[in-house]
Amino acid sequence: MAEQLFQLVFNGLAYGFLLFVMAIGLSVTMGMMNFVNLAHGAFAMLGGYLSISLTGAMGVPFLLSLPIAFFAVGIVSAGFEAVLYRRFYRAPQLSQVLLTIGLSFMAVAGATYAWGGQVSMVHVPAWLIGQTHLFGTEVGSYRLFLIAVGAAVALALVFGLERTRFGAMVRATVDNRRMAQSLGINVNRVFRLTFALGSGLAGLGGALAVDYLGGLQPIFPLGYMLVYILIVVTVGGMGSTLGALLAAMVLGLSDAAAKFYAPQLASFAIYFVMVVLLLWRPQGILGRR
Amino acid sequence: MSAGGDRAAAFARRSRWRPGEILLWIAVAAAPFAFPDRLVLASQILVTATFALSLDLLLGYAGMISLGHAAFFGIGAYAAGILTVHGWTEPISGLLAAAAIAGVCGYLAGLIVVRLHGVALLMVTMGLGLLVAELANVMQSVTGGSDGLSGVTLSPLLGRFDFDMFGRTAYAYTLVVAFGAFLLVRRIVHSPFGLALQGYRENPTRMAQIGAPMAARLRLVNALAACIAGLAGALLTQTTQFVSLDYVGFERSAEVLIILILGGGGRLYGGLVGALVFMVGRDVFSEANPQYWYFWLGALLVLIVLFMPSGILGGGASLWARVRSRRGGAAA
Repeated sequence: MAEQLFQLVFNGLAYGFLLFVMAIGLSVTMGMMNFVNLAHGAFAMLGGYLSISLTGAMGVPFLLSLPIAFFAVGIVSAGFEAVLYRRFYRAPQLSQVLLTIGLSFMAVAGATYAWGGQVSMVHVPAWLIGQTHLFGTEVGSYRLFLIAVGAAVALALVFGLERTRFGAMVRATVDNRRMAQSLGINVNRVFRLTFALGSGLAGLGGALAVDYLGGLQPIFPLGYMLVYILIVVTVGGMGSTLGALLAAMVLGLSDAAAKFYAPQLASFAIYFVMVVLLLWRPQGILGRR
Repeated sequence: MSAGGDRAAAFARRSRWRPGEILLWIAVAAAPFAFPDRLVLASQILVTATFALSLDLLLGYAGMISLGHAAFFGIGAYAAGILTVHGWTEPISGLLAAAAIAGVCGYLAGLIVVRLHGVALLMVTMGLGLLVAELANVMQSVTGGSDGLSGVTLSPLLGRFDFDMFGRTAYAYTLVVAFGAFLLVRRIVHSPFGLALQGYRENPTRMAQIGAPMAARLRLVNALAACIAGLAGALLTQTTQFVSLDYVGFERSAEVLIILILGGGGRLYGGLVGALVFMVGRDVFSEANPQYWYFWLGALLVLIVLFMPSGILGGGASLWARVRSRRGGAAA
């Protein structure tokens, strides 16, 4: 019984960290510019497919494919920001939703064209396959790896946001964009860098997700992962790192628990809790606005 | 003349039938003679237009965005299907019953969503849509789950006209119901109630400041929009004799939003124009390759948001206004 519970918590945490890595970029950029980016999942998918191609045909080690996915997706997203997104910061929310749904549709079609509609798998090293011994029980090696990477990303983020000059500029911009601007912070430049970093993290999350989800399909940007990412962002409170971490853990744990105890009702329960939480606090658990 | 008379005259002027509208409906009624072998597609275009019309009432006129409007389309579709399977095979009463059920659900959802704005509103409408879709998936014994609900066999319409395989009865039936829905929405948006909705769309704060009781009106418009969406869903069930989970999914909510924006929101006929372009486009492109269709649909959406935010009708109207003013300038 205790072992079962441990397994459940362990799996929930692994999923929670994966969700956190994928969602944190969206949370910060939405908190900063109030821009609804439904194409965030498309950047995650790009990272996933890059990792698949690199580890497959090109024989790049999996661990090396992760930073490549991070940087490549970050650079691509900065291009999109410069050409398209920046025109829409002051546009009505409906335009932002439509623009990014349109981009997601194009990403789905583009991925189908480039990688095919079937489920694509990633090649992970042998030490990440199977089980590992931990605290007297067997746990999935890949899930342990997810927790390690997720915790490292979370620590790096907290350190970066709290202790660096750039982090202070990001926090100032999220708190009050106009005040930050009048203090001489180049808000547009801060935003572009943050957007690229956040999308890069989505790409990293996408690359990490492939093996966990048992493969990647082109419908990913419009699938349930997008809903889960949006839940983490809105329930946690836009712009709140701690809120996103908390929401990701709660979501990961409830997903694991619901799938274990009532697999039929798992998704239903999660959507229901999201609606109730947002009615209670429309700005998110730790959101301020 | 009294002020009241002025006001009545203003409303009468706003709701006068324009020649373009009459021509449009004559064209829609004449479609079966021009394309006798494409009646099934024509019926589906009208159903989709009615669904988009319901979103137009909500988004185009009242300015309330929804990412889960397919929930009410799905509720209407499933209600019509389940009623028929359990022996209520008379089409017209079944259609109205399904629309009423969707309307009640819409009123209940309205109690929740009128309190929200911005991202929370987006997420809660999306969440409610997902909840309904999950419910339809889980309640397999009632809805057929992922297999869909089949065996929806109706009695002849008005006791005389069978739903034939060429879709003639279905087209006539759909045309009459869709026209009725357009008449209803036309009446609503040209009423003082409709004007209040447009005021809310333009400036919610101002409406609150002049003391307009908007919450009750927004709940009502949610119920009305859900009712018409349910009507469209029930119509699709009755004419295709089948209900499946994708009637209620997120994709359908996104699709109807795209259709409305493509045609142009807040203009009554945006849904019809959008549905025509969308469904014919999908029919043509999907034959070649359905993936390319999604690519071009996405590209079209990006281009519309960038260059033509008021859709085909809005873009056409401003082009027409420019041509007219240039002509007027040349004459002067």
